[in-house]
Amino acid sequence: MNFQPVILWTDALIFLLLAGVLLLVAMIRRQEHLLAPWRSVARRPMAMGAAMVLAVFVVIGLLDSLHYRPKLADSPADKPQYAVEVLSVFDALVEPLRSRSEKTYSAPLAIQLHAKEFIERDGVTVRDYPRLQYGGAHLADASEHRADLLMRTTTGILHGLLASLMLILLLGLWQSRRHQTALTGWLWAAWRGEAGWPVRTVVAVLGSALVLGGVLLQLAPAYHVLGTDKVGQDVLYISLKSIRTGLVIGTLTTLVTLPLAIGLGIAAGYFRGWVDDLIQYVYTVLNSIPGVLLIAAAVLIVQVYIESNPELFDTAAARADIRLLALCLIMGVTSWTGLARLLRGESLKLRTLDYVEAARSFGVSHARIIRRHIFPNVFHLVLIAVVLDFSGLVLAEAVLSYVGVGVDPSMYSWGNMINGARLELAREPVVWWQLGAAFVFMFTLVLAANLFADGVRDAFDPRAGGRR
Amino acid sequence: MFAYIVRRLFYAVPILIGVNLLTFALFFVVNTPDDMARLQLGAKRVTPEAIERWKVEHGYDKPLLFNASAAGTQKFTDTIYFQHSAAMFAFEFGESDDGRNIGNEIRTRMWPSLAIALPVFVIGLLVNISFALLMVFFRSTYLDLWGVVLCVVLMSISGLFYIIAGQYFIAKLWNLLPISGFAGGIDGLKFIMLPVLVGIVSGIGSGARWYRTIFLEEIGKDYVRTARAKGLSEIRVLFRHVLKNGMIPILTGAVVVLPLLFMGSLITESFFGIPGLGSYTIDAIQAQDFAIVRAMVFLGSFLYIVGLILTDISYSWVDPRVRLQ
Repeated sequence: MNFQPVILWTDALIFLLLAGVLLLVAMIRRQEHLLAPWRSVARRPMAMGAAMVLAVFVVIGLLDSLHYRPKLADSPADKPQYAVEVLSVFDALVEPLRSRSEKTYSAPLAIQLHAKEFIERDGVTVRDYPRLQYGGAHLADASEHRADLLMRTTTGILHGLLASLMLILLLGLWQSRRHQTALTGWLWAAWRGEAGWPVRTVVAVLGSALVLGGVLLQLAPAYHVLGTDKVGQDVLYISLKSIRTGLVIGTLTTLVTLPLAIGLGIAAGYFRGWVDDLIQYVYTVLNSIPGVLLIAAAVLIVQVYIESNPELFDTAAARADIRLLALCLIMGVTSWTGLARLLRGESLKLRTLDYVEAARSFGVSHARIIRRHIFPNVFHLVLIAVVLDFSGLVLAEAVLSYVGVGVDPSMYSWGNMINGARLELAREPVVWWQLGAAFVFMFTLVLAANLFADGVRDAFDPRAGGRR
Repeated sequence: MFAYIVRRLFYAVPILIGVNLLTFALFFVVNTPDDMARLQLGAKRVTPEAIERWKVEHGYDKPLLFNASAAGTQKFTDTIYFQHSAAMFAFEFGESDDGRNIGNEIRTRMWPSLAIALPVFVIGLLVNISFALLMVFFRSTYLDLWGVVLCVVLMSISGLFYIIAGQYFIAKLWNLLPISGFAGGIDGLKFIMLPVLVGIVSGIGSGARWYRTIFLEEIGKDYVRTARAKGLSEIRVLFRHVLKNGMIPILTGAVVVLPLLFMGSLITESFFGIPGLGSYTIDAIQAQDFAIVRAMVFLGSFLYIVGLILTDISYSWVDPRVRLQ
């Protein structure tokens, strides 16, 4: 084998989560009353458009979660040795972005460095902007720069549009076969917005993603599309790698939150008495400690643990990964209280309803009543909380990384990007692209998550129904 | 009323004890004083003697909970728990790693924090309510729809970017206000303005949207219909009836954060160089000064619990239907 697969802790959990979500989807598809609110989500243009954006992010994140260590080229065949750096499938796909580093800052799409240097030219030493090692290296003369950019962008847009047409055609073939109509008939209905779901929005969003992808495919191999950072690394690559970190924090934290919130929240509301008192006491104590400080304390402890047990982690990636996991764990432990309080209140109401009383008088066990009667009736609250929390967690990562208690400094994340770049705006001339890239990527993900969460909430929350 | 407050205060005691024990466990049991010493001394200078010396200097050389070698009540008082954790109940926070008294630092640093946090809170509340009322007035029109979308957009921007953009555009590019710093008295006004502005703007998105839903919930109620049926104008209905009743959940929700304003905001203070409690905390986290972090945890919890009690009292004050037993 040319590589050795590496399964980091967060990788395993992510794929476990994915399996769980797929299982849930399969379950929902079979039951009409569970499917109905999702149908209503699918009819909302804003929510569907946001869902498409999220899907693009998720695909990148998943590709970035399949890790391996490549075999060293000069190692013997019978006793292979593997590199210490851990790569992912995504790294392999964008190999040139990862490996082609410049000396230091360069502006987006530039062909020369951002700072002047002494360079030798025709035997004389002059002070000028040196050409980049990789960015625009194929150009013989700087005057071709503009034409080349224009050419590549146009080609990229055309490719993207072509791919979008293919997409529309494929969608049409699939849908018209499903509804047993003619292809043209379905396309016409979709164009007029009568297909039953917001085809136009979905196609517009995916089409824009394809066009953007086409342009990037043309430009990225020859230029640094978003420039390079202080040590010359491609900013586009860093931003793309940060997607996984954001997604991991947004989803795995919830994985920690849910069992605590559901178990304790329902137990408090259902059993009342001393159970209720105890659980309320625990969450008031946790709630009253300022969140950032609790996270800071716990992260410092994890750091001490990692430093005093270096033998447990064989690669730097494994160390960074365990810190990321610990961060998710800690954020989960500090953030379950809100949902638990909500579920407690709801269970308090539910337990007095007739059908629960009836079940109890039939001698149905507590565990069964909770499973069959309480939990299904609070599930929509859980779902709404999950999607609403996601964006907040992504934003929190940036703040925590700025404070210095976020993810490992060696890990790619938007928080680390902002933290590393916050003094760049004070430079002359201004270096704006790293902050700009972190901003755009983070904003896109969080906005999409917020819009999607709004759609889900409106569809599932009976009270919010008529409000918009 | 008075008896109720006293009872609530007693109810707060077990919670504070819980916080105290939890922080003690986090800082001394999971993470032993030896680990702290190693972290503080750095990898190079770690020798068993150096660790011992560091522990003696900072008073961490005693047993955790029970001192068998001491006599009488000193068996319990001559321990790390009693001297470093239980002492906080008397607001004795001890000394930080650089030898300063933490209690004194807190007393001087809370005023700059308050100078930023209070205007952000008060003006922010007014601005958010105004925006929410505007959206409610134009409800189910395009103005309302785009208002909500704008709120979601504003919500999706990280707080760090509001600060960075504010400093870059207002302070650096247009030279309107100083980029960071702090001064007492009237001179301080120009330093305060930018952080306050940034704080207000970054809160509009979530605040206005949240208040809008509160007002919309109120506007569907019977008494509003009655008011309209009497022939009152929409503006009068909105200000006289909806605003007044909507203020109940808004104000009581705001009261709980009121005491916490003393703690300041970590990020804002560190970006703008405000010598408040927020930047104090952030410096302590970055320098891994556990004594300060412990003190701030206790202070934060204490203020939060004060906020909870104030909330209960304010409920009975604004809403006569609520009775305290």
